Amino acid sequence: MAADSCSWFSALAVGVSLLKCFFISAYRSTDFEVHRNWLAITHSLPVSRWYYENTSEWTLDYPPLFAWFEFGLSQVARSFDANMLQVENLNYASPATVLFQRLSVIVTDVVFIYAARECCRCVREPKGSRDILSQPSFVLAVLLLWNFGLLLVDHIHFQYNGFLFGFLLLSVAKHLQSQHLQGALLFAFLLNLKHIYLYVAPAYGVYLLRSYCFTQDNKDGSIRWSSFSLLRLLALGAIVTSVCALSFGPFIAMGQLPQVLSRLFPFKRGLCHAYWAPNIWALYNVLDKTLAVIGVRLKLLKEAELPLASMTGGLVQEFEHSVLPSVTPTVTLVCTLLSILPAAASIWLRPCGARGFLRCLLLCALGSFMFGWHVHEKAILIAILPLSILAVENREDAGIFLILTTTGHYSLFPLLFTPAELPFKVVLMLMFSIFSFTALRKLHSAQGFLLHPLEVIYLLGLVAVAIACEVVFPLSPWQQRLPFLPLLVTSVYCAMGVCYAFLRLYASLLLQREDKPKLL
Amino acid sequence: MQTWSLVSICVLLSIIARWGVSLNSYSGAGKPPMFGDYEAQRHWQEVTYNLPIQEWYFNTTNNDLNYWGLDYPPLTAYHSWICAYLAKTINPEWVELHKSRGYESTQHKLFMRTTVLVADLLIYIPAVVLYCLYLTDGSSKKKVSVMFCFLLYPGLILIDYGHFQYNGVSLGFALWGILALGLGWDVLGSMAFSLALNYKQMELYHALPFFCYLLGKCIKTGLMGRGLFLLVRVGVTVLATFALCWLPFLAEPSQAMQVVRRIFPVARGLFEDKVANTWCSLNTLIKIRSILPGDSQLYLSLACTLLAVLPSCIRLLTKPTFWHFKLALVNSSLAFFLFSFQVHEKSILLAALPACLLLNDLPLMALWFLQASTFSMLPLFLKDGLLVPYIVTSLGFLFFSIYLLSALDHCSEDKLRLGAYNKLFYWVLKMDLAFIVRWKFYISIAAMVGLSIAAAVLIAPLHLPDLFPVLISTTAFLHFLGTFIHFNVIQFSEPPSRKSQKKSN
Repeated sequence: MAADSCSWFSALAVGVSLLKCFFISAYRSTDFEVHRNWLAITHSLPVSRWYYENTSEWTLDYPPLFAWFEFGLSQVARSFDANMLQVENLNYASPATVLFQRLSVIVTDVVFIYAARECCRCVREPKGSRDILSQPSFVLAVLLLWNFGLLLVDHIHFQYNGFLFGFLLLSVAKHLQSQHLQGALLFAFLLNLKHIYLYVAPAYGVYLLRSYCFTQDNKDGSIRWSSFSLLRLLALGAIVTSVCALSFGPFIAMGQLPQVLSRLFPFKRGLCHAYWAPNIWALYNVLDKTLAVIGVRLKLLKEAELPLASMTGGLVQEFEHSVLPSVTPTVTLVCTLLSILPAAASIWLRPCGARGFLRCLLLCALGSFMFGWHVHEKAILIAILPLSILAVENREDAGIFLILTTTGHYSLFPLLFTPAELPFKVVLMLMFSIFSFTALRKLHSAQGFLLHPLEVIYLLGLVAVAIACEVVFPLSPWQQRLPFLPLLVTSVYCAMGVCYAFLRLYASLLLQREDKPKLL
Repeated sequence: MQTWSLVSICVLLSIIARWGVSLNSYSGAGKPPMFGDYEAQRHWQEVTYNLPIQEWYFNTTNNDLNYWGLDYPPLTAYHSWICAYLAKTINPEWVELHKSRGYESTQHKLFMRTTVLVADLLIYIPAVVLYCLYLTDGSSKKKVSVMFCFLLYPGLILIDYGHFQYNGVSLGFALWGILALGLGWDVLGSMAFSLALNYKQMELYHALPFFCYLLGKCIKTGLMGRGLFLLVRVGVTVLATFALCWLPFLAEPSQAMQVVRRIFPVARGLFEDKVANTWCSLNTLIKIRSILPGDSQLYLSLACTLLAVLPSCIRLLTKPTFWHFKLALVNSSLAFFLFSFQVHEKSILLAALPACLLLNDLPLMALWFLQASTFSMLPLFLKDGLLVPYIVTSLGFLFFSIYLLSALDHCSEDKLRLGAYNKLFYWVLKMDLAFIVRWKFYISIAAMVGLSIAAAVLIAPLHLPDLFPVLISTTAFLHFLGTFIHFNVIQFSEPPSRKSQKKSN
């Protein structure tokens, strides 16, 4: 094999791009139609109608820059099949349309590939030339490019996350390379492409303010107020406002801002998505259910008084808890902010360079995943992808990474429920897990085991859950009576792992040793 | 990383490639009244499940042989019968006599695709893995690279998982046979190969090298002593395996004769469709089929085939080493493909399998031929709507085999085994043969890409409706002929010494 680092990276990138082409004719979710509809809206309607159009139920609910991105795509789409660009053509999916949309995801992933390349350049390589397969940069490249979740969500389920994560990772890489203004610019673009990344905005805000606007620290690491650079703050402010102006400016000028914002933040949805994301609220719901059942058994509660809460009934509506207090959006917001606060405070008080920032970013992502309102299971990727960078450098992070990715990725399984795609999800997951476990163990082999035996048992339990949910359950008589049982079991089991990973990651930030090398 | 994890990742990747192709269309999808190979396989399930075994190969009121009558040996029939039982338990409509004719549904497609994958997982893939781990030289990384390219060979994947056939079973049995012979288990090897022969009669393409290798080995160890003993053991094994497979048909001679008649349809003409062999390519110049009567065509092709096979078989007989065995497998199967009677374009897979065995020793030549063989089936893929998987798998195979096997990095004359040409044509001694070969490779790949694009995009002129299929089959024929000559030359040149082989790894 050629030892040149450029060649193995391009081999990995070409390989994964070809792999993605195998999924062209696979199952696709309604997100496919969502994006087709957005193509049609942006192509055939004037800008002033973009956020008012509602022929399809899948209205445009991403920020304006993403709409412009769809507008750009639609110019190419014209030469594939112009019929997909008509707003009235609901659920239009000719072979050319499918090919175009799938290829658009694969091609725009170039941004992600470039970002992964930049991330690999930032990784600390150990001294001495080792086998390529156990070099940290190689392992990181595979963990990012061949990420199971991204393949599943983008190329089978259908979304443009690869393109968006490209911006996120590129911005992280720029911070690791101390090019903070570029990093900020990229993140500003990202926020205007998809607002879900607001979750990690606190980390950016605190980090840039503390480590970029203040140019020096005191000897003991505390903040030196006199080193504040107004110029830097203004530069940052100018970048962020100009990107936002570019994106929202036209809509503010047209007086459509309230309409755009109401599309972007629909609070009419419920606490949990139809399928519960593996977070605190999944555990909370189950606790509530259990207490209700026990209460009824012990005759403490009357069944008739309980609200008819079909929590996993596949309805995206609000529902009431039966025993525990119901959760409102305000409560989730407060919980989220509280969970992020210590992390933000930590990098304000004790900045640990760009890697500390990265850790804080992860905690913001995970904190909002754990406590957020109407979280999608796909949001776990915001934590998994950046954590890959830390995992190849640090043994403890590698352990956390293995737990978080395995549970997080498994929790994506219910996204694909068609029998024809079962081999894909099982095989891809197996492949990614085998690689991440063996490669990370080899990478940190000098420092002992990555996982505690109890953690290993927990992860093996996942196999049992998988077999029970995917094989045994569909054949059992409960299939008719309790159709949502597998979803419930999956999300609760995974929620435990994600919670555990969250806590451990927090501990690693707060208990960070002082002697850690400050880099970049 | 340990070898086991690399091996399992490669196997899993090849499963994804296979399943990815299988989501696409199959031959004859939604094309009544005859449909295609997919319906043929389903029909065999219907026939074998519902009819008594005596009726399988006969034209009866319940078994219309003109509608995809069974024309493969008994093992294929038994395989269909097993699949039919599974089909019956899932959905009886799939194999209902007469009524299920032309049955198509997404569930049924899923079932059929799964049966192919299961057969591959049980027979073909383990054989490839074991072959690469035990019978290729080099570091474990090199072995895994060879295995990866072997498993990704596009032709087989596209035919089995796209077009729909069970070539993985017969090729897999043959590979088990090769593997066993390579490890020195001659009896097991001949048994595995007999099974392959009983699954598809086309495995006869490989039969002569097997025979010559074993016979040569017997002669070498002494025909009077241990050699004779080996010969007897192998002979008995082959006969016993055959007898076992044909047991239900042996009760009446008419039964067995009917099976043989079905398997060898000599009445069907020298060639059908556009196939990249000598007869079809000659047809553009001379219309042999109208000049010669049917019988003479048969004898002509038989004579040509035997003449073409003879040199490499005699060489193998005198030097029964594994290296010569592998080369003889390629040469013999190519000779059959190029010259024999009633060849299908899919039969090139029989030559592709032994070419895969040479991926480690002669990477550039092997992958060049393998790519050409995939290309030769392009008209078929276009008919089946498999253009996208064809592009994806071909690009993947070409890229990874060149990259992982460093096929273009080390192509010196020595590595390409071009020494013999220097002896043959002393006047080209001054020229850099490796350079020429490399450029020929680039030009041929460019030609294949160009023709693929043309065939997929352009519409043939009205007075030449078969323009692209003919161009494709002629181009592929030239490649095959070149490969055939080249591998014969290699077989007659000095075998690689152990030392130079070690160095090349």
